[in-house]
Amino acid sequence: MIYLLEDAINGILMGSIYGLAALGLTLIFGVLKVINFAHGSLLMVGMYAAYWAVLLTGAHPYLALVIVLPLMFAFGYLLQAVVIQPIFKAEREVREPITVIIVTTGVWYILDNLGLLVFGPQYRNIQDNPLRGKMIEAGEMLISVPKLWGFCAALVTAALVWLFLQKTRMGRAVRATSLDRDAASLQGINPYRIYNIAFGLGTAVAGVAGVALVPFYNVFPTVGVLFDIKCFIIVVLGGLGSIGGALLGGMIIGVIESVGPQFMTATWTEAIVYGLFLGFLFLRPSGLFGVKYDW
Amino acid sequence: MALLEVDRLEVSYGDVQVLFDLSLRVEEGEVVSIIGGNGAGKSTLLRAISGLLRPRRGEIRFDGRPIQALPPERIVAEGLVHVPEGRRLFGLMSVEDNLRTGAYNPRAAAHEEETLERVFGLFPRLKERTAQMAMTLSGGEQQMLAIGRGLMARPRLLMLDEPSLGLAPIVIRSIFDTVRQVAAQGTTVLLVEQDVKHSLELSHRGYVLEHGRVVLEGPAAELLGNPHIRTAYLGI
Repeated sequence: MIYLLEDAINGILMGSIYGLAALGLTLIFGVLKVINFAHGSLLMVGMYAAYWAVLLTGAHPYLALVIVLPLMFAFGYLLQAVVIQPIFKAEREVREPITVIIVTTGVWYILDNLGLLVFGPQYRNIQDNPLRGKMIEAGEMLISVPKLWGFCAALVTAALVWLFLQKTRMGRAVRATSLDRDAASLQGINPYRIYNIAFGLGTAVAGVAGVALVPFYNVFPTVGVLFDIKCFIIVVLGGLGSIGGALLGGMIIGVIESVGPQFMTATWTEAIVYGLFLGFLFLRPSGLFGVKYDW
Repeated sequence: MALLEVDRLEVSYGDVQVLFDLSLRVEEGEVVSIIGGNGAGKSTLLRAISGLLRPRRGEIRFDGRPIQALPPERIVAEGLVHVPEGRRLFGLMSVEDNLRTGAYNPRAAAHEEETLERVFGLFPRLKERTAQMAMTLSGGEQQMLAIGRGLMARPRLLMLDEPSLGLAPIVIRSIFDTVRQVAAQGTTVLLVEQDVKHSLELSHRGYVLEHGRVVLEGPAAELLGNPHIRTAYLGI
């Protein structure tokens, strides 16, 4: 019984990091109305950025945020402004241009292969960092310290993103653009600039997820693929565009993955996750917190 | 020089031309109505003026400067504000957030609080409902919010697209009263309407659009007496 609880807790912690990764995806989708297939690759870039920042400075992994956050924001902002925006402008009349999805798929392949070219195929991890392998003993339970940090990072990031969207002038403009692009531009908002900002923000959030993962997870060029599909499932579970939904969806997946193997072969948990995903698509396609009105 | 001049405008959706050789002007301080039936091209005209559509030919000048190549957000910043057909509120945002979004352009942002008080003065109902989500308002309140959001941008010229659409007669009257008040406070108004009688009654001049062309124009009182308008639009 105690193991079950331990697994559940560690599942929630790991799941919140999945949720953090999915948060960036849901943010970008919420505003651009386009699924960003390059999101896992953005996470990969964030992980490499965190990896090198920690390795070269020898600082605490979370101090790497000082470098990773602005770097990732700028990367996402420019990626949208230079590569994706021209397609949006060419398809001005379409609300959810499919061609943009194809472009993000191209970005995914290019980034993953660039990663392979530049960093090589080997798995990298930071051996000597103050979080690696640390455990807290709570009674008979062992709680992973790096995952606990990731959990806190996920909550803080989600809260900050929520505050930005709800309480700032720019956040209001982002929400307005996500609800009605043309009406927003009639209020004096440049929707393409908002797209850049949303993409930058989503990428920066992927950077936070990268920082959270690097202390205990391997970095390699195709690491994003592992998270890509999870992120899509989480976002559908939680409701496209919902911040709380992304976190909760992530935690659900995390708990299934860590408690499931107590009762069955570990590979079966995948089947449960996909089953749940299909079930949601059939019964509640707007997800836990998605708003039907919006889509 | 007129505040707004539309000069030989042609607009198409793909291969389908909607506006033909259309010219009109609005002087500072005027209230001008554009009337016409469904599909006459009224909304297309406003969408072209506000920059949502690119005209194929012709020029649009605001305060003497050509604006037909500017994006909508730049045109709003110039003081030419479009309250679109069907209101297009941000349904999942609060009344207050909707209003404040209207003041996003830098010229209006500097006076946001002051304008907000003025809008609440004009629509006390909105002040009671600041925290309510826009989609939960009644139709009349939604129209008030749409106009209020437009006023938040501190327009020099306010373009209203069918503010009476889908509203009960008593609500329509109060909306038109508000338009009259806005005009009296010095805002130039370009009003697109199917409610020909009410809109001409509060206008100085009017244009009649049919099949994308101006077929009649003149002082509002004259148009109200015109036999063609009386039979085709007023049913008298």
